[in-house]
Amino acid sequence: MFDSLSSKFASAFSSLRSRGRIKSSDVEEIVAEIRSALIESDVAQEVAKSFGDRIQELAIPELERINKSTNPSQGIFEIINAELTTVLGGQTRRIRMAKKGPTVVMLVGLQGAGKTSLAGKLAQYLKSQGNTPLLVASDLQRPNAVTQLQQVGASVGVPVFAPEPGNGVGDPVKVAQAGKKFAEDKLHNFVIVDTAGRLGVDAELMSQASRIRDAVKPDEILFVVDAMLGQDAVRTAQSFLEGVGFDGVVLTKLDGDARGGAALSIVTLTNRPIMFAATGEKTSDFDLFHPDRMASRILGMGDVATLAEQAKAALDPDLTKKFEEKFAAGDDFTLMDFLSQLQALKKMGSMSKMLGMLPGMNSGAMKKQLDNLDEGELVRTEAIIQSMTPAERHDVKILNGSRRARIAKGSGRAVSEVNNLVDRFTGAQKMMRQMRNGGGMPPGMPPVPGMAGMPKINKQLPPKKKSKSGNPAKRAAEQG
Amino acid sequence: MALFSKIFAKLRIGGASDSDWDELRSSLIESDLGAKLSDEIVSVARATKSESAESAIRKALEGALTTSSRDLKVVEDRTTTILVVGVNGTGKTTSVAKLMKDLKDRGNDVVVVAADTFRAAAIEQLQTWGARIGVPVVAGKFQGDPASVVFDGVKVARESKADYLIVDTAGRLHTKSNLMDELSKIKRVLDKSGGVDEVLLVVDATTGQNGINQAKSFTESVSVTGLILTKMDGSAKGGIALAIERETAIPIKFVGTGEGADDFGPFEPDSYISGLIGSE
Ligand SMILES: Nc1nc2c(ncn2[C@@H]2O[C@H](COP(=O)(O)OP(=O)(O)O)[C@@H](O)[C@H]2O)c(=O)[nH]1
Ligand SMILES: [Mg+2]
Repeated sequence: MFDSLSSKFASAFSSLRSRGRIKSSDVEEIVAEIRSALIESDVAQEVAKSFGDRIQELAIPELERINKSTNPSQGIFEIINAELTTVLGGQTRRIRMAKKGPTVVMLVGLQGAGKTSLAGKLAQYLKSQGNTPLLVASDLQRPNAVTQLQQVGASVGVPVFAPEPGNGVGDPVKVAQAGKKFAEDKLHNFVIVDTAGRLGVDAELMSQASRIRDAVKPDEILFVVDAMLGQDAVRTAQSFLEGVGFDGVVLTKLDGDARGGAALSIVTLTNRPIMFAATGEKTSDFDLFHPDRMASRILGMGDVATLAEQAKAALDPDLTKKFEEKFAAGDDFTLMDFLSQLQALKKMGSMSKMLGMLPGMNSGAMKKQLDNLDEGELVRTEAIIQSMTPAERHDVKILNGSRRARIAKGSGRAVSEVNNLVDRFTGAQKMMRQMRNGGGMPPGMPPVPGMAGMPKINKQLPPKKKSKSGNPAKRAAEQG
Repeated sequence: MALFSKIFAKLRIGGASDSDWDELRSSLIESDLGAKLSDEIVSVARATKSESAESAIRKALEGALTTSSRDLKVVEDRTTTILVVGVNGTGKTTSVAKLMKDLKDRGNDVVVVAADTFRAAAIEQLQTWGARIGVPVVAGKFQGDPASVVFDGVKVARESKADYLIVDTAGRLHTKSNLMDELSKIKRVLDKSGGVDEVLLVVDATTGQNGINQAKSFTESVSVTGLILTKMDGSAKGGIALAIERETAIPIKFVGTGEGADDFGPFEPDSYISGLIGSE
């Protein structure tokens, strides 16, 4: 998300960087660029303007101090970064728990924003933290919304309270109320109420939402917003705020290339924080929203913190250590090492998503390359390696035609794919040897198949302030 | 939109100040036309000799629309085949329901295919519509291969000599190459069995500038032939659809104005433009 924002900011900054001493006219210039970049990203014009004004206000009195520092453009950058973080919601806020009885979370939003899917994600998230959520099907309007919630609930192992069939039958207010009662009786500590999508201009449906609210007295009303939303965000957020009210915002479909500027408008104008972000169609593609990370991401800094967290969780420290020792001892890099690393990468989750969090990787061309990384290829490669005998894995040079044909058959892949893998592995192995001979640091993770774009990616990284390693996983490990 | 009438009242071509035109530009941006198209419209309008600012703007907006046909393409000698695509939640399934009702009401035999095998209860959602409207729905297994359901649908349509075959697909973000490949595969199945006559991209009127990327990527994968602009019953003006037309020359063919099967009709440029500039 925020793609063009990143590149616009990035180009504005590189021109700033080349200037050395910063004058107030330079600040005005960059503020103008930021404004137009924000508008292009669907931020409301008034919000873009007030954000720019604020930067100017904050930066100009600081110029003297900033210009004394060794890196003045960094000083401006920090001001913008801090302000953007503040606008995006300041500190991360967690769900407010009820003092007594179940904590009730009510989801509201436009049609198609992704409420029902989000209900499942939130349920799984809460459950993974040891809670006992109950899902309540109060969207009785859209055909088979109830069925959808039931299926979603079943897939995450969370019970669904759905006494009415929906498709226009049943009273959503009564269902919500009975759902809360059910949760109290059965000692669920969370209730997630899914409601029908409604338009801001639909007074009747808006009043229905407020009746659901009055019936269940939610501890949190979450306004679910599609990251692709345009300028209408302002009107819609305002009508939901007046019609039913909300305490927090959830951004969905953040895995696309939407710039997400509407989120900035909504938090600015309603003063409600973004609490969660949905980043994919899997029920696990859900996380707390981190304004500071998002701000760095907007500014082209990449979401290094998230990456480091994921890497730490996924990377087996023993494995990494083993590699490094092996490498230091002068052992050769084998297919087995290759495979363990593939597996570690897979564990780290969607690779393209992960790489997208790195600085400089969110610009258009880069994004395209990332999105084209074939994750299925990792799986196929794994299958091929697993069809080899230990001896073959140890030394690919023994792989003659008949062995390759056997492996292809065993893994259900074409012989050409086996050949391809062997070629690429041999290339990687050669590179590892060269790296060692050149005295370079042993990388925790060498190039792997399906990541042909990696070396190119590294070249496009902006000057790194925080990291020493050119290798993403290594860098993440450093920061973890 | 009071703002526009206020601006129009002030704007007399020639007598309008730069800041009046700036205000107008802002209002166009607020309708999701995007900065680029808004600039273009304003400069075209400023150069137009016209009796009023409103008609100048109107003409400029009309000029941005494509001149291609907005009619649904129809073939006579075989089943007319329509593929419906778009990102998640834009209103594809509902639009398929509306389209099948419209075609059926005109006396056609329609078959629809539930090729969204991915989202929970998407198949049931379309089946519910099919039962309400009285149109057969060809469906496969949840999480099955969508291309093979489409293949079955083609067979059913052909055997029953249906006039129309409409294929509902799973929502997908245009940035996911594997899902876009899946869509191309569905289209290839249709291509091989006679051809696809319309590929309709469903765009939600609340969509911001991302809509342009959507249209470009879907066109790249499956050659979109028309847009369905949904949710025009809300406060969003749907200016993104004009921006898409301008950028890709893909015509807006239909407009959705509610959640019911009848809340649907052909795209009407005049009323769309009136909506954009807030005149009745
Ligand atoms: N107000 C309004 N809602 C719509 C319109 N078209 C679809 N919807 C709603 O948008 C939501 C998503 O629609 P659906 O057809 O399931 O989207 P899909 O995921 O693209 O198939 C549902 O709640 C629909 O009722 C429209 O023209 N106006
Ligand atoms: Mg659908």
